[in-house]
Amino acid sequence: MNFFLETLIGGLLAGVLYSMVAIGFVLIYKASGVFNFAQGSLLLFAALTFVSLTERGFSFWVAFLLTLATMAVVAVLIERFLLRPLVARSPITLFMATLGLSYIIEGVAQALWGADVHGLDLGIDDVPFPIGPISVSRFDLIAAATAGLLVVGLALFAGRSRLGLSLRAVADDPLAALSLGVRLPKIWRWVWTLAGLVGLIAGLFWGSRSGVQFSLSLVVLKAMPVLVIGGFDSIAGALVGGLIVGASEKLAEVYIGEIVGGGIENWFPYALAIASLMVRPAGLFGERAIERV
Amino acid sequence: MSTPSASASAAPQGAHPPLLELQGIRLAFKAVRAVEDVSFKVRRHEICAVIGPNGAGKSSILNIVSGVYRPDAGSVAFDGERRSHMLPRQTAQQGIARTFQNIAVFKGMSVLENLLTGTTLRFESSWLEQLLWLGRAKGAERREREHAERVLEFLELQPYRDAPVGRLAYGLQKRVELGRALAAAPQLLLLDEPMAGMNASEKQSMSEAILDVNRQLGTTIVLIEHDMRVVMDISDHVVVLDHGRVVGDGTPDEVRQNPDVLRAYLGSRRQAAQTQSQSAASDITDPPDASAILAASAPAASAASAAPAPSPASIAAST
Repeated sequence: MNFFLETLIGGLLAGVLYSMVAIGFVLIYKASGVFNFAQGSLLLFAALTFVSLTERGFSFWVAFLLTLATMAVVAVLIERFLLRPLVARSPITLFMATLGLSYIIEGVAQALWGADVHGLDLGIDDVPFPIGPISVSRFDLIAAATAGLLVVGLALFAGRSRLGLSLRAVADDPLAALSLGVRLPKIWRWVWTLAGLVGLIAGLFWGSRSGVQFSLSLVVLKAMPVLVIGGFDSIAGALVGGLIVGASEKLAEVYIGEIVGGGIENWFPYALAIASLMVRPAGLFGERAIERV
Repeated sequence: MSTPSASASAAPQGAHPPLLELQGIRLAFKAVRAVEDVSFKVRRHEICAVIGPNGAGKSSILNIVSGVYRPDAGSVAFDGERRSHMLPRQTAQQGIARTFQNIAVFKGMSVLENLLTGTTLRFESSWLEQLLWLGRAKGAERREREHAERVLEFLELQPYRDAPVGRLAYGLQKRVELGRALAAAPQLLLLDEPMAGMNASEKQSMSEAILDVNRQLGTTIVLIEHDMRVVMDISDHVVVLDHGRVVGDGTPDEVRQNPDVLRAYLGSRRQAAQTQSQSAASDITDPPDASAILAASAPAASAASAAPAPSPASIAAST
C-alpha cells in the first residue's frame, strides 16, 4: 500500500511539471485562439537565456528578471510580426505559423547561446522528504508548490485586475471586446509575455532535472495529452490533466509494465488522451462548443 | 454626458447638426451588394429605428457605423467629424457603444464584471499604477465600480449582480448586454435587434429600458428591430431599407403612409410565403420576415385574414 501511495504521489508531483508546460498553451489559446506549437521553444529559450546569464555571474533573481524582460521583448516581436499580419486567419494557418516560429526561436537561441548542454542547479537538494510512512522528492514538492502559486497568481490576476478582465473579455468574445475599446495587440503582448513567464518557470524545473539542452523543446509533445484530457481552454484543466497524466503513467509503468515488459510510460498518456477524446472531446474542463444547427 | 442646452432645443431644426450622418454608403461582399447607396441623418437625443426586410442591409449599416465593416464608398460623420470609415476602438473612444444581434455577453463573467468591461476606456491608468495599486488606479477603479453599480440599479439588475451571465435567462442576458454598452456612458447607442427572440413581457420591459435610457440619460439610440408595434411605439424617427437602399425616412406616421415602404414590404411578401415552410423549420430565435410582422401589426392586411384584399391605405389606417 505504501508503495502504491509513493508511486501515486511521485506521479502526481511529476505531473505538475507537465501542467506548467500546458498552462502556457492554455493562456495563449484562450486569448488568441492560437494553438501555440512554439511554447516548447519559448520554454527552451527562457531556460537557456537564464542559465547562460547565471553562468556569466548574474545572481538568480537578476538573471530571472533579465530573462523575463527578454521574454517580453520576444512577445512584442511575435505580436508585431506574426499575430498582427495574420489576424483573423484560420486556426490551421496560425498553427503552421507557430510551428515555423518554434524553429526560428530555436535557431536564434542557438545563435545567441550556442548548442552546448548546460547543467542548471536551482539549489534544491533532491533528497527524499518523509511524510508519514512514505517519502517524496523534495524537488517535486517545491515544483508543485511553485505551480500552485502560479495558478493562484494567474487566477488572482484574471479575476481581480483590470487587465485580467480585458483578457477574459477577449477570450470570451473578441468582437464584443473590440467594440468596448479593448486593444487586442496589447492583450496579445501581455498574454505572450505571461506565457513566457510560465515557460521560464517550467523551463527552470525541467532544465534542472534533465539539463538545459535543445531536446527540452520537446516537452511540448508531453503537454499534448495533458491538454486533450484537461481541455485546451482551462487552466484548471491543465493542472488536473497534468496530475492525471503524471499519476497514470507512473502507475501504468509500475503495475501494467511489469506484465508487458516495460516501456509503457512513453505511450500510455497518449492512449489515455485518445480514449479521453472519445468520451469527452472538449476535455474535462474544456468548454463544449455549442453550435446552432 | 452631454446635456442639451435650452437654447439648442429651442433652435429651429437644421441649425442643430445631426449627431450621426451617413452619406452615400456602399458596401459589397464579393458579388453580393449589401448596401447600395444609403444616406440618412440621426439627430441628437432621438430614437431612430432602422427597419426593412431580411437582407435589406440593416446590420451592415450598424456594423459600418461601429467600425466592424469598412464601406466601399461614402462617409460617416459622427459628432461633426467626417470619416470614410470608422474603427472599432476609435468609435468606442468617441462614445459609440453597441449590442449585437447574436447575444455577445461575456458568459463566464458575473453581471457586474460584464458591466465593468464596458468602462474599459474610461479607466486610463498605466499598468504600473495598476500593479502597485497607486494613484489614479485606486480612485478610478472605485469610481468605475460605483458607475457600474449605478447602471446595475438603473436596469434593475441588482438581484443578479454576482451571478454568472451564462446562467441567466435570455431576456436578462440581453439586458446585461445593454448594460455593458451603457456602462461606457455613450453618446450614441447602437442596438442590433434588442428584442429578437423575446417573449411579450420581456419585450415590454426592454422597450421601457430603452425609453428610460433615451429620456433620462439623453442617449441617442439607433436600433434595428423587426417588431413593428415596438418600432412604432418607441421611435421618433424611422429609416426603411430595402435591397440596400433607403425607401422611407421620417416619423413613424410618415413612414406608415409612404407607398414605397408598403411596396417594399408587400413586394417581398410573395417571397416570404415561399420560404415560410423553410423558416418555420429553422431556429426559433430567427426573426420572422419583417413583412410578416408589418402585416401582423396591421391585421386587416394579413393574407390569411378574411378581410377584403388589403390596400396600402387600409394598412396605414389600421395601425
